[in-house]
Amino acid sequence: MAHLELHGLTRRFEELTALDRLSLEVAPGEILTLLGPSGCGKTTAIRLIAGFLKPTAGRILVNGRDIGPIPPEKRNMGMVFQSYALFPHLNVFENVAFGLRARGIAGRAARSKVERALDLVELAPHRNRPVFELSGGEQQRVAVARAVAIEPQILLLDEPLSNLDASLREQTRAQLDRLIRTLGITAIFVTHDQEEAFALSDRIALLWEGALQQVGAADQLYFQPANERVARFVGKSNLWEVTFREYSRDRGIFSLPSGALLRLPRAAGDGELRRGVRRRMLLRPENVTFVPADDSLALGPARVLSRRFAGAGTEYLLEGGGLRVLASRTNSPAAAGYRVGDEVELYCSSRAVYVLPG
Amino acid sequence: MSVTRKSALLLTLPVFGLLLWLVLYPNLFVLWKSLVSDDRFTLAHYAAFFSSPSQVEALGNSLFISLGSVLLSALIGVPLAFLFHRFDFPGRRIFAALASLPVLLPPLVGVIAFLFLYGESGILTRGLQMLLGLSEPPFSLRGIPAILWVHAYTMYVYFYLFVSAALKRLDESLREASLSLGASRTRTFLRVTLPVLTPAMVGAALLTFMTSMASFSAPYIFGGGVRVLSLQIYNSKLNGDLEMALVETVVLTLVSLLFLVLLQRYEATGRYRSVGKGASPSLRPLRGKGLRLAMAVVGIAAVFFLLLPHLTLVLISFSQDGAWTTQILPPRYTAANYGRLLADDSFLEPILNSLKMATLATAANLAFALAGGWLLIQGKLRGRRLLSALTLLPWALPGTVVALNLATTFSVSDPLQARVLLVGTFWILPLAYFIRNIPLVVRAVQAGFEQLDPNLHWAARSLGASWFYSLRRILLPLLLPAAAAGSMLAFVTALGEFVSSIVIYTVDSRPISVEILSQLRQFNFGSAAAYGVLLILMIAAVFLLFGRYLDERHRPAGQ
Repeated sequence: MAHLELHGLTRRFEELTALDRLSLEVAPGEILTLLGPSGCGKTTAIRLIAGFLKPTAGRILVNGRDIGPIPPEKRNMGMVFQSYALFPHLNVFENVAFGLRARGIAGRAARSKVERALDLVELAPHRNRPVFELSGGEQQRVAVARAVAIEPQILLLDEPLSNLDASLREQTRAQLDRLIRTLGITAIFVTHDQEEAFALSDRIALLWEGALQQVGAADQLYFQPANERVARFVGKSNLWEVTFREYSRDRGIFSLPSGALLRLPRAAGDGELRRGVRRRMLLRPENVTFVPADDSLALGPARVLSRRFAGAGTEYLLEGGGLRVLASRTNSPAAAGYRVGDEVELYCSSRAVYVLPG
Repeated sequence: MSVTRKSALLLTLPVFGLLLWLVLYPNLFVLWKSLVSDDRFTLAHYAAFFSSPSQVEALGNSLFISLGSVLLSALIGVPLAFLFHRFDFPGRRIFAALASLPVLLPPLVGVIAFLFLYGESGILTRGLQMLLGLSEPPFSLRGIPAILWVHAYTMYVYFYLFVSAALKRLDESLREASLSLGASRTRTFLRVTLPVLTPAMVGAALLTFMTSMASFSAPYIFGGGVRVLSLQIYNSKLNGDLEMALVETVVLTLVSLLFLVLLQRYEATGRYRSVGKGASPSLRPLRGKGLRLAMAVVGIAAVFFLLLPHLTLVLISFSQDGAWTTQILPPRYTAANYGRLLADDSFLEPILNSLKMATLATAANLAFALAGGWLLIQGKLRGRRLLSALTLLPWALPGTVVALNLATTFSVSDPLQARVLLVGTFWILPLAYFIRNIPLVVRAVQAGFEQLDPNLHWAARSLGASWFYSLRRILLPLLLPAAAAGSMLAFVTALGEFVSSIVIYTVDSRPISVEILSQLRQFNFGSAAAYGVLLILMIAAVFLLFGRYLDERHRPAGQ
């Protein structure tokens, strides 16, 4: 049985529909990320789950039980806020102990639970310090310790990393990942940052203007986006219009606007396409190659319009056959790369191309 | 903190009810009364007002004094703000803090200190006369110049504090941008710095004008018979000409309201609010030994001048009652005045009365502000603007107006007209204090609420705290500094309140301020000053303890 189920969860604020019929299932111990740009409804969703907001429609089930009528303080969900929301008049220990005391747990039992939570986030030496004296990273860890100290059945994390410096974020994210996996806790993680989502989730649910676009593993969203929005939001992409010609054995033949033909493998479950149907195809920049290989498709000649050195790789913008092409190449000190104005031939593996569902 | 409709309604009804009944209704009642005669509508009272030369003169004087007060206050306050917040020299910090000293003088006490100092038989006046060997006092400070003198001394603080705050917020990169674009220093000052400071100066000007229109103590004690509107209300009521008092009240209310509306409008436009984060301005060190020394001397002289009224009060408070007649300084000193305040029942009684009434009023203010302040931060609440306007209204109402409103509305019991007999009872003064301090405490508490991260409440809830537990353990402790600061300031303001008190006090519960006046009338200068020093000490204590939680707006006002 799923640990957490959302059924048609909807929340309207006057005219605005912040969340529109969201349905999801989260397995026990799973980390599910709600990903999307600001205003997509992800924070609304997490606040509905926490009980801070009442849904306009829909149900939230935990272990099969509808928690709609249960007030937030009885839901036993630990929440880490974007602002951390640490109690400024309480020190580190008192912040972490707050939830236990609110439950009437005191004395030695409370102390040992607080110490365990502080150990988990490596803050035990800071237990007596006022929270406003801590660094941003330390405050974030207090917020995490406070949320896990109550041994919540579900951990809710609302952009817990967005207030940290870039340099600190990766390290903190890894700590958070370890901690959640160690505790084996079911977690809902909200972020607008796809890299965080990739690194920290078992599955990602991508929201756009209140509506769920796709839910799946990171590589699914990346290589098999459900629609153009997902393709554009996740990673960089070449999205070209292609026209279906015909089937030839196990291949489907599509044509680019330039007239170049692409022979793509038929994936299982693909429906029959009719001749002349237009679709979008996705090709990630790092899958565009400058030399042919086995089973590669020729994309035709192109000219380098601009290049951008980005450390590990160089990103090229090219033009050829009426198409703009984004391509990236791994850098090496031995190879100089191409220059603006260079004429090159472009290829890609036929398996790297994904034709989006209509 | 989103509101459930039920709990919002539970608070909205009593909060609005109280405001409508105690703040708005008495105004409307007075307006109505001023427009009827024998139950019929008439403009006769207004005709009488505007055809009476003395009434028109009073209105003209009030306006003239207010304009003059704005001008003089700006001339003192703005340069001082620049001096202390743009330049660095020895002792700057101390001078900068001491420049707000006049704030510590409650209305009546400040005027009395001036009387002792600059009056016809004041210390300074007689001192100069003696020094110069004159047979007559060298100056005679009375009438409009005297009032302006007191106003300038007490109200420049608005300009000083507002402009200082604006200077501290001023984004130094604006000035640097202007200079880098090729503008000269003068041009930069005129075209960049000054326009950015305009909102602060306009705010201070409107506030000074309002305060000056409401001013009562200075014309009452120091005016030498000059007619001003606030005083006319008191005199008309004393003479039994209630109709005239009503019209005067309406006229004064309208002028004050006009300025409140202007002030609100101006604040609402929110112009020139800093766009980016920017750099805070650095202080320019004054170079050159001579200049630094000169500044220090000027500073010390200024502070001494600012301290004179306070020092005078302290000195007089140790003088023997009745001994000071024609000498420059009181000839005999004693600590008995203070002893008497506590030991002699007739002296102690006003203190106890004031303590009791101020405590009652402040407790009510706090409870009301917690409810009102919470409602005011509910973004979606219907009628929030009306609520905000009603809580601000008493701020625009001069003390004499509040008093006359209450005296007129609550003179009889008439449930049908929502009138209760309060005149002549103990309850009318605490009620007046409560009404006058509504804006102060509500604003302080509202600011406290606004600084709370709403997620703190939700964090507590998600950790298992009930609504009430979160209120008790998180919200109230965090609100405490702001609420305490506002309440304590309201308390000391109520403790020394004079302007409303003098109009509606009852003999059995006369407050400190009325007692000071009566001691003064009996030439018991020492006792009067001792009461005054007591009040100043309490106000100073509040500022020392809670000053950092108060913004420049929440200072005792209304001479």
